[in-house]
Amino acid sequence: MYYIFDGTYYGWLTCVFEAFERKEFSIKPITKEFHLPDIFADDRVITTSKEKAIRIIRGLEGHVGKNMAQDFYRAFLFEHPAVWQAAYYLAVQIFKGNKHILSNFGNDAVMKFSDALRKVSRERHRMKAFVRFQQSTDGLYFAVVEPDFNVLPLIAAFFKNRYTDQSWIIYDLKRNYGIYWDKVNLIEVELNAGEIGDVMHTSTLVSLDDQEEYYKNLWQQYFKSTNIEARRNLKLHLKHVPRRYWKYLPEKN
Amino acid sequence: MDRLEEKLKILADAAKYDVSCSSSGSKRKNIGGIGDASSSGICHSYTEDGRCVSLLKILLTNHCIYDCAFCVSRKSNDVQRAAFTVEEVVKLTMNFYRRNYIEGLFLSSGIFKSADYTMERLLKIVKKLRLEERYNGYIHLKTIPGASDEMIREAGLYVDRMSINLEMPTEMGLKLMAPEKDHESVKKPLNFINQEIQAYKQESKLIKHKPTFVPAGQSTQMVIGATPENDFEIMSVADKFYKDYNLKRVYYSGYIPIQNDNSLLPQIGAKPPLIRENRLYQTDWLLRFYGFKLDEILNANFKELDLEIDPKLSWALRNPHLFPIDINTADYKMIIRIPGIGRGSALKIVQARKFGRLHEYQIKKMGIAFNRARHFMICADTPIQLGFATMDSVRGQILHNGASKAKSSITNQMSLFV
Repeated sequence: MYYIFDGTYYGWLTCVFEAFERKEFSIKPITKEFHLPDIFADDRVITTSKEKAIRIIRGLEGHVGKNMAQDFYRAFLFEHPAVWQAAYYLAVQIFKGNKHILSNFGNDAVMKFSDALRKVSRERHRMKAFVRFQQSTDGLYFAVVEPDFNVLPLIAAFFKNRYTDQSWIIYDLKRNYGIYWDKVNLIEVELNAGEIGDVMHTSTLVSLDDQEEYYKNLWQQYFKSTNIEARRNLKLHLKHVPRRYWKYLPEKN
Repeated sequence: MDRLEEKLKILADAAKYDVSCSSSGSKRKNIGGIGDASSSGICHSYTEDGRCVSLLKILLTNHCIYDCAFCVSRKSNDVQRAAFTVEEVVKLTMNFYRRNYIEGLFLSSGIFKSADYTMERLLKIVKKLRLEERYNGYIHLKTIPGASDEMIREAGLYVDRMSINLEMPTEMGLKLMAPEKDHESVKKPLNFINQEIQAYKQESKLIKHKPTFVPAGQSTQMVIGATPENDFEIMSVADKFYKDYNLKRVYYSGYIPIQNDNSLLPQIGAKPPLIRENRLYQTDWLLRFYGFKLDEILNANFKELDLEIDPKLSWALRNPHLFPIDINTADYKMIIRIPGIGRGSALKIVQARKFGRLHEYQIKKMGIAFNRARHFMICADTPIQLGFATMDSVRGQILHNGASKAKSSITNQMSLFV
């Protein structure tokens, strides 16, 4: 049976809760976007409940500890039904008392789960590296990204701790939301289509500081000068900086 | 071109032969200002040569009173000279950092006037960043040989890492290229800073909020292929320096020919020894993370690393009596010695086998190089072989099947002599 949830983490957790409540263990959590109607399977639409979700989180924390419980959130951000399914299976196993299952790397679901964790973690690390701020006239630093996975929630604290004394926005154009730090609070923001256009073309909403072009240029010069031509190795270069990230990297434009 | 841009061009170009770009190992926190250190380090970009760009790596100036043959900034070399002001370096660092271009600053310098005079300038920059800009990002500072202990001690209180380069792996090699220099002037400050680090560590156990002193430790660099040392000599020096001075890293930098009249040095056009450099790094890793002793990999009878295959595989082929290893029963320490299995997969194997004996199809999914590893291990379902394939044939099979990154370039290198 398919449990159709709203795509949020709380929604997925609610699926786990309700599967236990109804003793329907062989369900598949899925979102509308991914769901293809199947004549042999029933569907159940799950209404997200924060309360139920938090009970599942506390339950996981009790069984496997806080850090591993958070792995479920990190793997969830991989945004793929197969991973949601593997994570669901593992959560059920843990609640049934099989609490060491996450280290059984001979198990397919565990490998799927740990593989997703590794990829999400790599993307999170890449975003720490590849975010490039541009300064606007009002002093706001803003950056646009299109990460492979939904990793903004995993990097917000990092940027907050690092750039505490400047206000900034990191905007995920693929998922159409961003995080905004106003030097006091972290706020989730959503721009409308017009505003996004402005950010992309830096016209009215954000006008760039005079110095912005100057420093971008210096950075490009530095990038060129620090390269050693005799060691040229484009294959390695591309492995580290795949083409899909170039769009927002001034040194690659 | 703007004057600052011109300086950046000259002084980044002159600094790039220092390969260290690590930004890891420090846990400096943001205290009411800007920046912190990510203890794992972050590479913000990669140059077209595939090297990490983590720090703004520049010289304060490329004016130098020394005339070392291997160095592009040597006194007698006809290159454009430039010098940053203290303010310029601070401005560049802060503006790059605030845009998340870099993880911090790597600051080195040619020696002008005297060692202390140079060190004092570097110190000025570092202090201005920390005290006036309230900058807590990463700083890697070169120790200037011959600078006074007081000056070095003060710098250590503000920076994350310090380094000083051996340049040539042996004293003899160094004397050939830089008669004015010796290894003693490198060992002295390495030793001094190491003792200070250890003393601070002891004290900070007793006092809670003790200031940090070079929290990311020290490193050094050796130039490879400019002078005739063999790999055994090079790694012996590295091994000793790791032990004597608690170094975090030794870097091996394949010599890239620059214009010079020294007939002993490889000339422009000669390819830098990149594969050899890679093999040295692999050896370095085996020593530091895989529990190998140097004499297992290199010794008086085996002085040069095999360029065609990596040093772990080479060691395994020379020690057939230790294989195959049963991954369902062997210690972690032995499993990481299997060619094609790294530390991450070894850890997975040791955890997973508690749930039942592991089969080949399970091992394959754990991210190991199965085609290499299969010659050296036994899984639950590995068929029993009558007699063991000779190591020569194993080597042949691996080289034949594998897409060795070394293969194509080695054939190129060989064909020069045909």
